[in-house]
Amino acid sequence: MPNMSLKKNEMPSQEPNVRNKNFLEVALGYTEEMALDEAQRCLNCKHKPCVNGCPVHIDIPAFIHQVAQGDFDGAYDIISESSSLPAVCGRVCPQESQCEKNCVRGIKGEAVGIGRLERFVADTHNSKENVVIEKPKSNGHKVAVIGSGPSGLTCAGDLAKKGYEVTVFEALHLAGGVLVYGIPEFRLPKAIVQKEIETLKALGVKVETNMVIGKILSIDELMDEYGFESVYIGSGAGLPRFMNIPGENLKGVYSANEFLTRVNLMKAYKEGSATPIANSKKVAVVGGGNVAMDAARCAKRLGAEEVYIVYRRGADELPARAEEVEHAKEEGIIFKLLTNPVEILPNAENKVGAMKCVEMELGEPDASGRRRPVVKEGSEFELEVDCVIMSIGTSPNPLIKSTTKGLETQKWGGIIADENGLTSREGVYAGGDAVTGAATVILAMGAGKTAAAAIDEYIQNKNK
Amino acid sequence: MYKIVRKEVLNPTVTLMEIDAPLIAKKAEPGQFIILRVDRDGERIPLTVADFDREKGTVTIIFQIVGATTEKLNHKEQGECIADFVGPLGVASHTDGLKKVAVVGGGVGCAIAYPIAKKLHNLGCEVHSIVGFRNKDLVILENEFARVSDVLKMMTDDGSHGEKGLVTDALKALIESGEQYDEVITIGPLIMMKFVCKLTKEYGIKTVVSMNPIMIDGTGMCGGCRLTVGGETKFACVDGPDFDGHLVDFDEAIERGSMYKEFERHAYSEACNLFNKEVK
Repeated sequence: MPNMSLKKNEMPSQEPNVRNKNFLEVALGYTEEMALDEAQRCLNCKHKPCVNGCPVHIDIPAFIHQVAQGDFDGAYDIISESSSLPAVCGRVCPQESQCEKNCVRGIKGEAVGIGRLERFVADTHNSKENVVIEKPKSNGHKVAVIGSGPSGLTCAGDLAKKGYEVTVFEALHLAGGVLVYGIPEFRLPKAIVQKEIETLKALGVKVETNMVIGKILSIDELMDEYGFESVYIGSGAGLPRFMNIPGENLKGVYSANEFLTRVNLMKAYKEGSATPIANSKKVAVVGGGNVAMDAARCAKRLGAEEVYIVYRRGADELPARAEEVEHAKEEGIIFKLLTNPVEILPNAENKVGAMKCVEMELGEPDASGRRRPVVKEGSEFELEVDCVIMSIGTSPNPLIKSTTKGLETQKWGGIIADENGLTSREGVYAGGDAVTGAATVILAMGAGKTAAAAIDEYIQNKNK
Repeated sequence: MYKIVRKEVLNPTVTLMEIDAPLIAKKAEPGQFIILRVDRDGERIPLTVADFDREKGTVTIIFQIVGATTEKLNHKEQGECIADFVGPLGVASHTDGLKKVAVVGGGVGCAIAYPIAKKLHNLGCEVHSIVGFRNKDLVILENEFARVSDVLKMMTDDGSHGEKGLVTDALKALIESGEQYDEVITIGPLIMMKFVCKLTKEYGIKTVVSMNPIMIDGTGMCGGCRLTVGGETKFACVDGPDFDGHLVDFDEAIERGSMYKEFERHAYSEACNLFNKEVK
């Protein structure tokens, strides 16, 4: 008998006023009882609309059916057929606009908590000791993956399962890309990311850190000298944008990338960390995306008394997930909407002292279809702050493009690739933010998955 | 892990290490830098490539003990390993078409100036080296510079070795005596580079500086190393570290360099406690 409750099981979480002072995970995950109960809400639809909403097409009703039976290992195996990083995706995917958006139960009431169940299954599996992973038999073909973010790891995992000898090249000292330097510990514990990477290594994926491709080795060298038959570029979009307003190079002004890298990758939030971060009392985060929410919530946890989100459009236009905005508000982040900075002003010590802002109004829709913000005459005011974090977007790093002959890119830097991820160079594929510009973890994974299939086909055909 | 194959104390505060890193050694060029972490919980620090041996597969770094991380690094011995060593990063120094160059180095900056002087010398360029130190105990690489320089001016602040005075005094004297340089290349403390640029601007001599701002990743993903050059924001790790010195906003760079002074002082005294040393 299905559970016909209109609401999904709430996930236990830390109280807002407790969690905004620590870096522990906010959402605590389902218990076994909650998971079993939630799994009963799935109607096991024959046409599986949820699956179409998942960029990697996990057989959702099938795995939920196993959960409902109490067969969590069986559920994990079904998810693994499609996803290499379930503990990550169950946490950071915007399910409301993907799988759960299409859920039949969502027509009247709330969708099934697919993400929460995926997370439960992955965490249950990962908490087991001594899980033996069988390394697939090698097919003798070598593939290089550049970048160890979600798209690279997914591509590597899929190819390893098919028997390819995959080497992932990562520029930083830790693998995971945005999962380790960008998304904070309280949303995605780093131990979980490491665990998923260990699983990939057990499948035979080699991970080489401290390798800046384009500097230490070029793509041509990987293919001509090192015997990689195909290369997948999943180097992301990590180049931060600045506003180019006066005062932006004052002490206390960070890009969100720098701020989050110091906090997450270098663990600057920990007592005794070797990597410093500014001690700030009043912080302004400029921007309204998920990265802005992450930066603001980190700043609060580092002890700032007041943290502002400064965004030039209104609440309806905030690009961040509704849930992230909600969490930020619960934790005491102050939203200054329809506000745009025009200058950052120094204090007596030549550090950030204030931010000069103007109020905005929404005018006619622009080319992107969004209503264009227009400055309100005479609305200038000063916001007293001692730290400013610029979170207005990123673009692909030009390093790979500038060192790879014949690799075509868009004007804004994105690598040009077809629907299978094939670039203008034979055997060279690309996907994720390196192609699309900054997007979501799961879209990057979907691209990695598609490219892995295309790479397999390419190598098999070539060797026929 | 990256092995320290040779360690040499150059003076009481400056150490040379030759690190086993064959792939980096194969590609490195003068002017480029590496980023290292001493151990797993360490911070990432940039150091310029002081030399490399493509056949042996080693990269040489020379560092001054200025804080917690360099103190910890200095306690590593030959045969031990450091956790991370990334590179070669940044753009190599331009040497094309140069016929006569003045290379001006200050303090530990001389370690970075030396490979450029050496490369220019090997390319057949006339090299005039002007190197400055606070006193004779701090002098490094004197013989190395002598080998690759057509003219070598050794300056100390107190006159305890070579001539007494600043590098700018020696450079000015050479220019006044009629030497005509295609370019001046200067590497050292920001304040020294600032004054070298001020001097050469008067004479209209193109001057290249090697900047050393605070860095994290060194690959262009954070902008922590940004500088204003000719009114534009540049990332030293990918656009530099070499820039046209007459266009660099030195005062801003000096300010930005002091961002974590307090934290660094505290960390250094902690590290020194650990090693039972006095903070100088």
